[in-house]
Amino acid sequence: MKRREFLASMGGLVLASPLAISACGNTSTGSTTGNQKVTINWWFLDGQAKQNADWQNVAKQYMKAHPNVTIKTTIIENQAFKQKLATVMQAGQPPDIFHSWGGGILFNYAKAGLVKDLTPDLQGGWGDSFSQSALNVYAQNGHNWGVPWDMGGIAFYYNKDLFAKANITQLPTTWSQFLQVVQQLKSAGITPIALGEGDKWPGHYWWAYLATRIGGKAGFDAAATQQGAGFASQPFVEAGQRLQELIALKPFQKGFLGAVYNDEITAMGTGKAAMELMGQWAPAADEGQVPKGKTLNLGFFPFPMVEGGAGNPNDVFGGGGGYAVGKNAPQEAVDFLKFFTSVQVQRAFGKAGYLTPVVKGASDALTNPLLRDVQNMVAHAPYFQLYYDQYFPPAIANAVLDGTQALYAGTTTPQAVAQQVQAAAATALQGS
Amino acid sequence: MQLISPSATETEVKSERPPASPARSRIRRASIILLFLLPSVILYTVLVVVPIIQAAYYSLFRWDGLEPLVNFVGLHNYLLAFSNPVFLETFAHNLLIVALSLCIELPFALLVSLVIGKKLPGGMIFRAIFFMPFVISEVIAGVIWQFIYRPDGGLLDAILQALNPHFQGGLWLADPRITLICIFVVIVWKYFGLYVVLYTAAIQNVPDEIVEAARVDGATGLQVTRYITIPLLGTTIRLSILLSVLGSLQIFDIIYVMTHGGPIHASEVFATYLITYGINAFAMGYGSAIGVVMFLTCFVFALMYQRFAMQRDVASSIAMQEA
Repeated sequence: MKRREFLASMGGLVLASPLAISACGNTSTGSTTGNQKVTINWWFLDGQAKQNADWQNVAKQYMKAHPNVTIKTTIIENQAFKQKLATVMQAGQPPDIFHSWGGGILFNYAKAGLVKDLTPDLQGGWGDSFSQSALNVYAQNGHNWGVPWDMGGIAFYYNKDLFAKANITQLPTTWSQFLQVVQQLKSAGITPIALGEGDKWPGHYWWAYLATRIGGKAGFDAAATQQGAGFASQPFVEAGQRLQELIALKPFQKGFLGAVYNDEITAMGTGKAAMELMGQWAPAADEGQVPKGKTLNLGFFPFPMVEGGAGNPNDVFGGGGGYAVGKNAPQEAVDFLKFFTSVQVQRAFGKAGYLTPVVKGASDALTNPLLRDVQNMVAHAPYFQLYYDQYFPPAIANAVLDGTQALYAGTTTPQAVAQQVQAAAATALQGS
Repeated sequence: MQLISPSATETEVKSERPPASPARSRIRRASIILLFLLPSVILYTVLVVVPIIQAAYYSLFRWDGLEPLVNFVGLHNYLLAFSNPVFLETFAHNLLIVALSLCIELPFALLVSLVIGKKLPGGMIFRAIFFMPFVISEVIAGVIWQFIYRPDGGLLDAILQALNPHFQGGLWLADPRITLICIFVVIVWKYFGLYVVLYTAAIQNVPDEIVEAARVDGATGLQVTRYITIPLLGTTIRLSILLSVLGSLQIFDIIYVMTHGGPIHASEVFATYLITYGINAFAMGYGSAIGVVMFLTCFVFALMYQRFAMQRDVASSIAMQEA
């Protein structure tokens, strides 16, 4: 009898305890301010070790100033992050603060009500502190779904020593000059370009930039609004043809089709390849892979103009980084974001070379000449285009990524790629 | 507490009770069996049957996983899948892996276990060594072999170059033509140990008397193997074929870690295709359709196989009962 009662009460306790524990766990129920204990889940991308540590320090500084707040960080690699975020979004459990590139994918989440609308918080001082073009990447129809902390453009980073070895004295400004530079490097026995095409997104930069140079803003807008032939129109077909000219020279490192972005970083850092077309995080990333005792001298040049193209040579294709806030996040999460995007933090990170600042008063903090070049490039761009694989919904992004990878593998034609993207756009963009 | 009553009093008590009616005792027995099965049945239903039904339901919609489930499209997702050349290529890759497993992996495992046989000195050590890759997690195995297959300075290139100085170095996983074969090598490396262990265990059960009798009759080693050992391994071989086919249809971790299904879909299989173009592309309806296709393929195969090939082995199973 006694034993039965004891067992019954233990059973009851075991069944009841999960409810009790969950009740005093994460508050995460909208706006709570004051001295209640609050936990914020912060997901950010894996940078190099020092960068991760500096990012964590921002959290630590905030926690010191606000003892009731605990910030739990999750550091994830780029591809794994995309995967993991998709999973938690579909489960309806967004993290409190998570990395975002803006564009169609973020707006999809917003449409499903998973992202906090930051428009009210951005009224006034905080909103004014940002560069408007950077902020607009995260805004749609007057609503702000995230805030940027980095906005740059894609450009070429080249190894000055290897270029000198190949006797290249002038940086290319046109596509044919660029192809000549590639040939010169090849004759000197140097691998011209590092490309991690296994991840697919590094390769799509080339195609997108060529399309930007050939079609310009008008060409892209027409395709995005599905006028005429949409993405099957001439600029996108010609982009593929120009890319084929480059691929025919076999300029990439061995095994590039299966290489991931980390392999590209290693190839650049160890001086195995002469240049890469990459974003503003590249110098810091490459630096992290330089072997002890060696130095890496990187130079910068913007994407060359394509002869006969309708685009402006100063147009920029690129993107940056930002954070969005999950629907269940406490108000402290927004407060932390204000701290993260404050002038001091932006200046410190700009100086360290982690980002190109987007906040007024922080732009002159950049000491790395490469990042100043990026900043100049972006500041003078008449037309700024966000990465295709973030700007568009996933169906179109997949068509672009798969199509361009097939171009690199030589198993498709420029027309087929353009058709493929257009077919995806036709279905995905209807009614939007 | 007394658990064992003296048998005398037990039988006395029992003989005094009127015998229960046959129907009642059958119901009682059935309900006791059901009660013991209940936990497993509940777990199985909740974790396996319900998701399958859910997936079949979701596959009839066009759904991105975020918005409510409203866009009913019937069998459109299945039509899309079977008219998509990438999916058909994926199906072909799975069938290729199944065929290669049956023609290469299993015979190889059988050969190794026949060599180890009953009495090879150090047989236990060999079994342990061959079994070790099976114990490593699939992800770790994938990462290790990525290092081995690295195009620029990987272990395989280094070994081949040491053997043949003129060897230029291969692309391995980066070459769409041979990437699936390279992955298959890893699959064999990882799983053939399991089949070696199964077969050697079965070989231990081959009665010595029969083998001796055959030898007395003048049978050579080869004839003993062909006419005695292998037929007696029949049950185990049929079982290993079942495991191998189902495993090949469902393979995921190794391929996803090593190549993500690329380059250009050269190593795409059902599971990687489902993840990349279903879940990650926010096309949950389409992904569910792929999942259902995968499930039906495995299910139909398993049923047919058990009904026709494994009759004698599972004689008491549902598949055999006509009445």
